[in-house]
Amino acid sequence: MKRTFALAAFAALLACGTAQAQQINVKIGVLTDMASIYADDTGQGSVAAAELAAQDFMKDHKNFKVEVVSADHQNKPDVGTGIASKWFDVENVDMITDVPTSSVALAVMQVAAAKNKAAIYSGPGSSDITGPKCNANTVHWTYDTWMLANGTGKAIVKNGGDTWFFLTADYAFGHALERDTAAVVEANGGKVLGKVRHPIATNDFSSFLLQAQQSKAKIIGLANAGGDTINSIKQGAEFGITAGGQKFAGLLIFAPDIKALGLKAAQGLMFTETFYWDLNDGTRAWTKRWDKQRNAAGKVPSMNHAGVYSGTLAYLQAVAAVGSAKDGKAVVDKMKTMSFKDPLFGTTTVRADGRGIHDAYLFEVKKPEESKGANDLYKLRATIPAAEAFRPLKDGGCPLVKS
Amino acid sequence: MFQVCLPAFLGGKCIVSAALFGQLLIGLINGSFYALLSLGLAVIFGMLNIINFAHGAQYMLGAVAAYLFLNYAGIGYWPSLILAPIVVGAIGIVIERAFLQWLYKLDHLYGLLLTFGLALILEGVSRHYFGTAGLPYSLPDSLQGGHNLGFMFLPNYRAWVIVASLVICFGTWFVIERTKLGAYLRAATENPSLVRAFGVNVPRMITLTYGFGVALAAFAGVMAAPIYNVSPNMGSELIIVVFAVVVIGGMGSILGAILTGFGLGVIEGLTKVFFPEASATVIFVIMAIVLLVRPAGLFGRRG
Repeated sequence: MKRTFALAAFAALLACGTAQAQQINVKIGVLTDMASIYADDTGQGSVAAAELAAQDFMKDHKNFKVEVVSADHQNKPDVGTGIASKWFDVENVDMITDVPTSSVALAVMQVAAAKNKAAIYSGPGSSDITGPKCNANTVHWTYDTWMLANGTGKAIVKNGGDTWFFLTADYAFGHALERDTAAVVEANGGKVLGKVRHPIATNDFSSFLLQAQQSKAKIIGLANAGGDTINSIKQGAEFGITAGGQKFAGLLIFAPDIKALGLKAAQGLMFTETFYWDLNDGTRAWTKRWDKQRNAAGKVPSMNHAGVYSGTLAYLQAVAAVGSAKDGKAVVDKMKTMSFKDPLFGTTTVRADGRGIHDAYLFEVKKPEESKGANDLYKLRATIPAAEAFRPLKDGGCPLVKS
Repeated sequence: MFQVCLPAFLGGKCIVSAALFGQLLIGLINGSFYALLSLGLAVIFGMLNIINFAHGAQYMLGAVAAYLFLNYAGIGYWPSLILAPIVVGAIGIVIERAFLQWLYKLDHLYGLLLTFGLALILEGVSRHYFGTAGLPYSLPDSLQGGHNLGFMFLPNYRAWVIVASLVICFGTWFVIERTKLGAYLRAATENPSLVRAFGVNVPRMITLTYGFGVALAAFAGVMAAPIYNVSPNMGSELIIVVFAVVVIGGMGSILGAILTGFGLGVIEGLTKVFFPEASATVIFVIMAIVLLVRPAGLFGRRG
């Protein structure tokens, strides 16, 4: 008798299951740096951005249930792949987003490909993600080292900064950024006089700065990010680098870093980004919503945060077009045939190698007297049109691109 | 000018003498921070037998306190240099009274775990309020600029770091090893009940010693605020290295902590020139060698 009841209950459950089959569930995992040097540029801000994207999408698609989970990869590839495997295998996560720190991102995208899920990256920089290491399950949305080098490097060499010395973070991202920038500098008639590679999350840069000073290079290229860039610039000012006529080129700088440095130390820095909160009414309105969702008043969003929002929204639209999130490659393939429009990045398309293509901007940090508020940091120097901002498809060496 | 080269099997990299002097000096400056921090650890371990894992967090609190004083009370760098250690030291005294005093009779491990937990809490709380990108803190006006020494540009502030660190370190060493107060302290660790029989309030002395050790960490934090990124992680990045310094110098040896602090700063500085990729690990390589050859540390006493 008991068994019959159980069977009946089970059958009823199955029936309910079929009745609700119209609902599509999507689970998004924000894999990010929650506590270390990139946490303000990504971290909780990225989680808030993914949640906003899920809310906005569900408003227009009532039959979708989008859930956002998050975890801290501690900038360690082994931790990152461990979480990714668990998410895909046990917790039914369909897509992983953000993933700052290129070494982690390069490892996690292999897991995504092996399990046929999707990786929509915003935080990592290495241009190898859509270059030799590309795969059919990965989209690289926000920026990459080639684009940074091309935007910032070219502008600085053209302004007379033709001799360079690199301070490079000693891992995948730093190496890629140094390589891509050196190529741009040399292609535009500049010269690289030397370089020094420092461990990630270094506290004291004075020894490296002294080497840069002695190289007599006009430009000291910072092929690092987050706390490392902040420390380099802060200590560089102290050691009279700028007073001695040398200039820093911050190759990857996010708005929260500039806030941490203060405008006094950061003024005049030029660099490339794909998003700034104060670009137009659309970005300002989004920033207000993000600030509320983030629930830590007065923070300024980075381009990574914007990229998580925009990339997640685009991914969800592709899922809606495919009708299911289960086949990661099918969704990413769909993304490559679509065109996306949102207030943060304007129009974005995704190329065969997974590269997200949109405009980029050359910014300069304001002088303290030009700034009208705590978050008033940049002035726009130039807009780099989408067609020129990223590496040409044929030069990347991505195996997905048939020549 | 002459050239200094590494032997060929280590890469054979050469630099000119001027650059070498510059790097030696920078090594000394970094060593100043190692010495200040490992001194506090050595004092606490030597007198209380507690491995103070919260030392890095207390160093961070010193820097954050300086930032808060400046931005919310208009208190500048120089008063902060005294005020912040007093405030953070007072927090240390509360911690000692509330938690640590119950652990002296237990294994070292309990003190280590408790202070490690405290460190995680302090860092987590400040991460919640301040984020990790860091807080801006500028150089005091009186120490702006620097001097050209011929072989390098020495910022005035870094020169002040060396002087202040030397004075504090050797002052502390002198008090503990050469004065009557220090003699009481050392006697109290050897045989507390006997010292108590002479009418000395041993528990209060121990409490104040912990407070002093914590204040040293906060002092180093204020010293660091204008030149390093003031962020919740600044302590945990440094504390592991400082522990290695203490182990190399010999747990509890005051002079050992000071001398190895400066010495390892110099060695690390040279590594940054000749083999920068290894600069984050060289201290641990040395620690492993020292542990193999002299398990009690270079200046430690066995037993």
